[in-house]
Amino acid sequence: MDLTLIPNGVQRCPLKKFVPWMVLWIALITWGVVSAFLCFFKGLNQTNMNHYFAFGLWIVFDLSVIALGAGAFFTGFLTHIIGEVFIYPFRDNLKAVVNAAVVIGFICYSSAIAMLGVDIGQPLRGWFIFWHANVHSMLTEVSFCITAYLGVLTIEYLPLVLSNRKLKEIPEFDIFGNNLHHIIALFAAVGTFLSFFHQGSLGGMFGVLFGRPFAFREGFLVWPWTFFLFIHSSIAAGPSFTLLCVWIAQKVTGKELINRDVFNLLAKISGWLLATYIVLKIVDTIAWAYGVVPRAGMSFMDFYQGPYGIWLIIAEIGIFGIIPAIILITPRFRERDHLLIIGALMNVIGIVINRFVFSVQTLSIPVMPFDKFMSYFPSWQEWGIAIGAIGYGILLFSLSYRYLPLFPQEAEMSPVQVLGKVVTDSGIIKRS
Amino acid sequence: MKKEENRKGNRYGMVIDLDKCTGCGLCTVACASENNISVLYDESDKTRNIAWLQIYTITNGKDFPDTEVVYIPRPCMQCDNPPCVSVCPATATRKDPNTGIISQIYTRCVGCRYCMAACPYHARSFNWFDPSFPEGMDRYLSPEVSPRMRGVVEKCTFCHHRLMRAKSKAYAEGGRRDLKEDEYIPACAEACPTQAITFGDLNNPEHKVSRLIKSPHAFRLLERLGTEPKVYYLSAKNWVRRRADNYLTGEFK
Repeated sequence: MDLTLIPNGVQRCPLKKFVPWMVLWIALITWGVVSAFLCFFKGLNQTNMNHYFAFGLWIVFDLSVIALGAGAFFTGFLTHIIGEVFIYPFRDNLKAVVNAAVVIGFICYSSAIAMLGVDIGQPLRGWFIFWHANVHSMLTEVSFCITAYLGVLTIEYLPLVLSNRKLKEIPEFDIFGNNLHHIIALFAAVGTFLSFFHQGSLGGMFGVLFGRPFAFREGFLVWPWTFFLFIHSSIAAGPSFTLLCVWIAQKVTGKELINRDVFNLLAKISGWLLATYIVLKIVDTIAWAYGVVPRAGMSFMDFYQGPYGIWLIIAEIGIFGIIPAIILITPRFRERDHLLIIGALMNVIGIVINRFVFSVQTLSIPVMPFDKFMSYFPSWQEWGIAIGAIGYGILLFSLSYRYLPLFPQEAEMSPVQVLGKVVTDSGIIKRS
Repeated sequence: MKKEENRKGNRYGMVIDLDKCTGCGLCTVACASENNISVLYDESDKTRNIAWLQIYTITNGKDFPDTEVVYIPRPCMQCDNPPCVSVCPATATRKDPNTGIISQIYTRCVGCRYCMAACPYHARSFNWFDPSFPEGMDRYLSPEVSPRMRGVVEKCTFCHHRLMRAKSKAYAEGGRRDLKEDEYIPACAEACPTQAITFGDLNNPEHKVSRLIKSPHAFRLLERLGTEPKVYYLSAKNWVRRRADNYLTGEFK
């Protein structure tokens, strides 16, 4: 049964090896499910959040995975829109990775929405956001867009699922999948539109908090600068995260899945976006430090106290911002495997720090002069849900890799070998 | 959000004289019993208990015998430019254009806590636990205020049910639509033994609050942020006014 589901022309590990691999991730998911059950049954007192830390690990996780999942829309945008119309090498190269990017995006967004479902105090009222929508709230915009975009990702994922060897045998599925595939550029365009807005609104959520000088930013019309910076940082980090996931998949499977040139292209795109983002981020930080901060009667160092010290800004902009940007934009650096991966990893870490800073550090800083500085550490239930989401992601990616033609170049780059000889699609054995 | 100044209708506000406040806490007790505020199993956990009105203690930082202590009761500031209203995704909190009071619709709140992140005064409390009342206390619950369920945010409403009651009474008595100064007073102002809390319509020049806020000793918390609170404080002590907001060196005169 298992063998009949595996795509033609590629080799997968035996089921007895794959099952223990899945058990590991199912164990993590179980931890998450138990934690979610406790939160639903007993309430959010199961977390370490409090009146000061209204947002905690889950919001950091949500903001981070949504930023990292931007690889899906951005790769789709570059492949199906920019690649088809303007820059043909994008289409030709990124096609190798666009399926994987969609799966990663789907995992990121579905886990983020599931987590938000636990995070709100009244999960059964989640739909009120759509029913009683407040058009002035950035969070309303985020909720609408991420829900709609998860729908788009599902539509983008569907042709891939329907291209499974066994499902393809059903003519209706085959025709439906093919038809969807033909209009995928349309969904790539819709996904790009939605993503630009919710990535921005996630930044806007914090930028509009004029009662919190650490997060507050001026901006353009109703959009604070964080709106644009969040879009920019997500498209800088998204391709790096896709690159990293594919590289890990290569290491775990021991196979070459995509051409090295595709890695280079992803790194180059990510690097240049990160470099321009970091320049704008530095400008934004300086403008904030000389504008918002003194106007609120505070000094720059008031915001960096206790465990959330000045090291955070050095780490975010310097170590995990400037350094990966240099690595990724320099051809001779990104052509070395270890530097490429270090650069992509540092880029991802930098964006996670940025999301952490905006959500948790913002809340830790006392605004009233007689209030006190607070710090926060998540409870095991909070960790459980976050780690459960990671388990879910790895499980779904593994299943997708095993049973779906995730990497179009795989059959060519890592052909099936029997006793050292290559087996082609038609079953003919050639010398390797 | 565009600043909504309610110059024509009522604009209820409060003035708290910190020089009169002894920090006795009676206002918080009156507030809790008036508004059916649930009692946490561990009330010593001040980061999770429900407190619509919280008293902060500040000192001048000097050693004995020069030490001075002042208590700052902090209800919801009922801001004219509220940072919490525009952020709520489900429109569960809004500013009443006729009274200036910020309401909270408990049955609509989804518990996302974005409003709590937006409020710099920590005036909003989230129900981390199921509401509970010690045995016997449930018999003292007010039928005028709905108890809140787990997972929603709640806050001071300037005892809005008292406003409703006063309005109904005035209308029943003589078809009056305007309330006299003493007809609508929140529980905290009524309970204060030193009469440190004065309440009224800031738009009405005959109300005492509208005169008090013109005092040179009047100030508000975090005025620089532009939230325009309708809760004012009075203190003749310079160091107290200095602690009400953030100032860079040499800025506070």
